[in-house]
Amino acid sequence: MTKGRFGIHGGQYIPETLMNAVLELEKAYDFYKNDPKFNQELTALLNDYAGRPSRLYYAKRMTEDLGGAKIYLKREDLNHTGAHKVNNALGQCLLAKKMGKTRVIAETGAGQHGVATATAAALMGLECEIYMGKEDTIRQALNVYKMRLLGAKVHAVESGTATLKDAVSETFREWVSRIDDTHYVLGSVMGPHPFPTIVRDFQAVISKEIKEQILEAEGKLPDAVLACVGGGSNAIGAFYHFIEDKDVRLIGCEAAGRGVNTAETAATIATGRLGIFHGMKSYFCQDEFGQIAPVYSISAGLDYPGIGPEHAMLYDSGRAEYVAVTDDEAVEAFEYMSRTEGIIPAIESAHAVSYAMKLAPTMTKDQIIVINISGRGDKDCAAIARYRGEDIHE
Amino acid sequence: MSKIKEAFAKEKAFIPFITCGDPDLETTEKIIEAMAAAGADLIELGIPFSDPTAEGSVIQEGNLRALSGGVTTDKVFDMVRRVRQKVKIPMVFMTYANVVFSYGTERFLTKAAEVGIDGLILPDVPYEEKSEFAPQCEAAGLDLISMIAPTSHDRIKMIAAEAKGFVYCVSSLGVTGVRSEITTDIGAMVRLVKEANPEVSCAVGFGISTPEQAAKMAAVSDGAIVGSAIVRLCEKYGREAAGPIGEYVRSMKVAVLKKD
Repeated sequence: MTKGRFGIHGGQYIPETLMNAVLELEKAYDFYKNDPKFNQELTALLNDYAGRPSRLYYAKRMTEDLGGAKIYLKREDLNHTGAHKVNNALGQCLLAKKMGKTRVIAETGAGQHGVATATAAALMGLECEIYMGKEDTIRQALNVYKMRLLGAKVHAVESGTATLKDAVSETFREWVSRIDDTHYVLGSVMGPHPFPTIVRDFQAVISKEIKEQILEAEGKLPDAVLACVGGGSNAIGAFYHFIEDKDVRLIGCEAAGRGVNTAETAATIATGRLGIFHGMKSYFCQDEFGQIAPVYSISAGLDYPGIGPEHAMLYDSGRAEYVAVTDDEAVEAFEYMSRTEGIIPAIESAHAVSYAMKLAPTMTKDQIIVINISGRGDKDCAAIARYRGEDIHE
Repeated sequence: MSKIKEAFAKEKAFIPFITCGDPDLETTEKIIEAMAAAGADLIELGIPFSDPTAEGSVIQEGNLRALSGGVTTDKVFDMVRRVRQKVKIPMVFMTYANVVFSYGTERFLTKAAEVGIDGLILPDVPYEEKSEFAPQCEAAGLDLISMIAPTSHDRIKMIAAEAKGFVYCVSSLGVTGVRSEITTDIGAMVRLVKEANPEVSCAVGFGISTPEQAAKMAAVSDGAIVGSAIVRLCEKYGREAAGPIGEYVRSMKVAVLKKD
């Protein structure tokens, strides 16, 4: 079995031109992940700059209203730049800097990873270019402006479906053209080895903190941890330190779009099958001849036809469960959490909130659910208003 | 000797690429015949993929035109079976890992061999992952073509030592597409390949469009591969592309044979 495998998944299915670049990255990461100075620097950035640790907040009103399990919210939305993406962006940009790279490139869906990368690049004095599907630049115009404000150049990708998968393809194409001075800050736990491992390690701080915080608050582990899954970086971050704790249910919430029985869905586990794409073996939405499906979700951040290889393995082994949540359900949860807790979650995170709303009432009052609120919902307000038939300007 | 090796046995080779089904499979069939008649030594047949990550915009659009026209892997097999009756030079498939894997690797390769395909090029399968496809290729009697790139350096030896058919030498960084200039020291790359494997032939691709470039590349290797420039002709002439592509291939074959 080749390197970077999670069960049968993962691997390095990339053009030969990139092989030495990923080997160099692997070597650098293997060194710096154990380097005390690198870790000190990263921790200082996460704490002093990004505002970690993020809070674990007891959602009393939601708990009472749903009438079952106690609900805690892991507030990744309170991080600087408003999402969990900054954990990985700071980590990878610091790594790039140590490797002597002067330029970073990244794909983005909802724009959160693009903003986080542009932010880290501004902080560390790196040149930054972001690739974003043209559709998404329209859905998330404010984030496009933010990236430019932060000094990044934003490319609107028009190929294919002009969404996240095309942005990933285009960023790989750009990386193949310019490797020497450039690091690709991949935004999720996907792509060729070592990216799924690097991104997971940088996001694992989420579950490390949840564990400490819930033990402090409740003296026991949660019964379930919920997170939304596109590529799956916030979910793997929230799951990672609980994988060995077999009594903790790990539930990934995929974007069903208009429903898993329609063509307009992005629920990879529910509708995809094993394939090889974007550098990895994993599950992908595809047709019978292996053509990648043009997926759909209201959430630009979950609008991706694949899932990270470690999730694919957790699904195969049954260690994690994956459920599908529709646009309608996510929008309802977006509105519910806003008016019940005064917290506007990202539409991505609202997929996990929605499933918690179904799950909590089926559980007892002494049980605990942690929902990872991966990002804040300001970026989504205009789109959700439009979804409800209200035309507002951003 | 494999059929692919024979293609390089006598003289410098010219290898044209075409995306199957751009704009339809009847036209592809005519183009293949025209290429063979014009002196092509080996033909690369692209099976279109929805997300061709190693391609520049010209071939991306060719893929899109083919898929929009309803081309599937099965229809490509049928077309190859037909054209094989008339065309005798070696033909290889060039596509992406998922097209083969998703069809069932063994099933795909058995069928490819049966319709008369001689080899397979998968730009998203490097040396490290070739065990996913190589044993099945060998079983079906197809050569899995290895690629080397300007960034391969110390990897060339390892790749060349196990190479089958020919080595596809990627001329430049980046994706496929026409370039005005190729700056890589191709001669040095080819020498490293031959040191590791004196038996194997080396053809250069990516960025070549003019007869001058083809002549230059062929002078330091065993042949030149051209894709985007041909797909451009498909784009320009559509169903009438076989004639102009035949003429182009003829001029390129003359160029690779030129002695300085």
